[in-house]
Amino acid sequence: MNPFAEAWELLTAGDLYVRDVVLSSLSISGSALVLATLISVPIGVAVGLMRFRGRTPVVALLNTGLALPPVVVGLAVYLLLSRSGPLGALGLLYSPAAMVLAQVFLAGPYIAAVTLAAVQGIPDDVLLQARGLGASRARALWLHVREARWSLVTAVAAGFGAIVSEVGAAMIVGGNILGRTRVMTTTIVLEARRGNFGVAVALGMVLLAIALAVNLGLLAVARGRARTGAAAGGARLPPVTS
Amino acid sequence: MTIGPAGRPLLAGEGLVREAGRRRILDVERVEAREGEILALLGPNGAGKTTLLHALSLLRPADSGVVSFAGFAGRDAARALRRRSAFVFQRPHMWDGPVRWNLELGLAAQGRPRHGVEEMARALGLERLLGAPARTLSAGEAQRVALGRALLLDPDVLFMDEPTANLDAAARTALREDLDRLGRSRARSLVLATHDRSEAFYLADRVVVLREGRVVQAGTPAELFENPADPFIASVTGAELALRGVVEEGEDGLLRVATDGGGPLLVAVGRAAAGRNVRISYRPEDLLLSRDAPAGSARNRFRGRIAEVRSLGALVRVRLDAPLEAVAVVTRAAADELRLTAGEEVWIQVKATALHAFEI
Repeated sequence: MNPFAEAWELLTAGDLYVRDVVLSSLSISGSALVLATLISVPIGVAVGLMRFRGRTPVVALLNTGLALPPVVVGLAVYLLLSRSGPLGALGLLYSPAAMVLAQVFLAGPYIAAVTLAAVQGIPDDVLLQARGLGASRARALWLHVREARWSLVTAVAAGFGAIVSEVGAAMIVGGNILGRTRVMTTTIVLEARRGNFGVAVALGMVLLAIALAVNLGLLAVARGRARTGAAAGGARLPPVTS
Repeated sequence: MTIGPAGRPLLAGEGLVREAGRRRILDVERVEAREGEILALLGPNGAGKTTLLHALSLLRPADSGVVSFAGFAGRDAARALRRRSAFVFQRPHMWDGPVRWNLELGLAAQGRPRHGVEEMARALGLERLLGAPARTLSAGEAQRVALGRALLLDPDVLFMDEPTANLDAAARTALREDLDRLGRSRARSLVLATHDRSEAFYLADRVVVLREGRVVQAGTPAELFENPADPFIASVTGAELALRGVVEEGEDGLLRVATDGGGPLLVAVGRAAAGRNVRISYRPEDLLLSRDAPAGSARNRFRGRIAEVRSLGALVRVRLDAPLEAVAVVTRAAADELRLTAGEEVWIQVKATALHAFEI
């Protein structure tokens, strides 16, 4: 049977194997993305706004993170979690948690570096201008970072695209265990080797669809922003805390 | 909460010093803004106006010195100023969002009810722009939004840093009028940094002139205009400093000054001993030009040759180069009536009281 026809059939029939793999992928990469965002955005903001000794090497380190090879990250996490490694006692190797950890290391520097660039791109005195209107330090900081929010959305979306489609780290630390750590990319490798091209193509189509959806979403955000001047949606301040 | 007759000091800075590297960019013994007044900090670029404004507002405190506000000092003053003052920057930032939200921003940032936005928009001519993206506004509109969001806070002190510096002439005039009308009605005191003497003299009740981070003279616009302490202040307040000469003698309380290339001038304002070199300042509008020899008692009168006639719009600037180099400003109607053209001679007269001599 033609692999494309078979793939289409699997997708339209809601094949359980394909569905489980897709859900595992989204679950692991989604969790990694949330964690990476929570950790990396504050780091990017802090490095972007603060001036401190040793800042240049920190910026260089974050920028290097943009080009981190997934296989190398996978290897580092493997050594960290392996039985003889510093965190071996946790028994996390070949678990979804291990894959989440690896993907946090992959997406984190990327999100932090883009956040840093976005925050630096905002005029220096925006924070001061917010203070000049009586905003507390925390609120002035929020008003400053808010100006970079569209760049942050792009960074997070691109980060998601990068980790959901990576295979090296997922294979090394996840082990491609069925029903546990088998995700789309590792399944494509496995099923292609087995000659099950229909499944591989079906998952490839889902990956492409996700990439397309992410890009369409970003385009919609950009268009809406251009039309309304990034208006109403973002026009809410957080509640007063001080 | 309005600006009316000046009262007791509301805000004061004492011993304010700020250094950038080894250079002292601010060194002010004392400056105060009184309740009910508009205070202008006037000086050329680099005089320390913005630095002093930041120091007084405590947005960027000085390296040393004390700022007191409404009876508070130290941290209490900083806390009170944050809540009870507002700052309008030279290039106000328009946050990503509609004009309405930008107007509400100060109120929202302080957790206060967003009341009065429509009224303020109407007062500033912004009502049709409330839903427009703030980033699409012209510089003049953006500056009015910045003024509006600051005034909505009903600040005790409104700080403004060169609010009209980036505007064209029409927008500058409109904003000055808004500032005079709304600023006086919504703030208790207004501190304005500007390099534009006409703005300072138009708006301010008192003017502090700064040079190289120091206060060189403070007073009402009339005091500065009529009694500048030195040539710098004379030039800041719009005087010409083209004439040089040597004091010959005092005469009836006046100085008799022999000018370079011209006859003697009688100068009523200034102190210098005989034989000292002086510069004489005057305002171009105080030189009177005529075709015929002037009658009357003015003792400073001489003939001069017109070197250049240049239109300034409603006014005309006339440069004279012989025997004295001088500049006069006359109305367009007067220039037409006198048929002023380059190369011709005219009579020039100036009152002794319009001349100031500064020893050099």
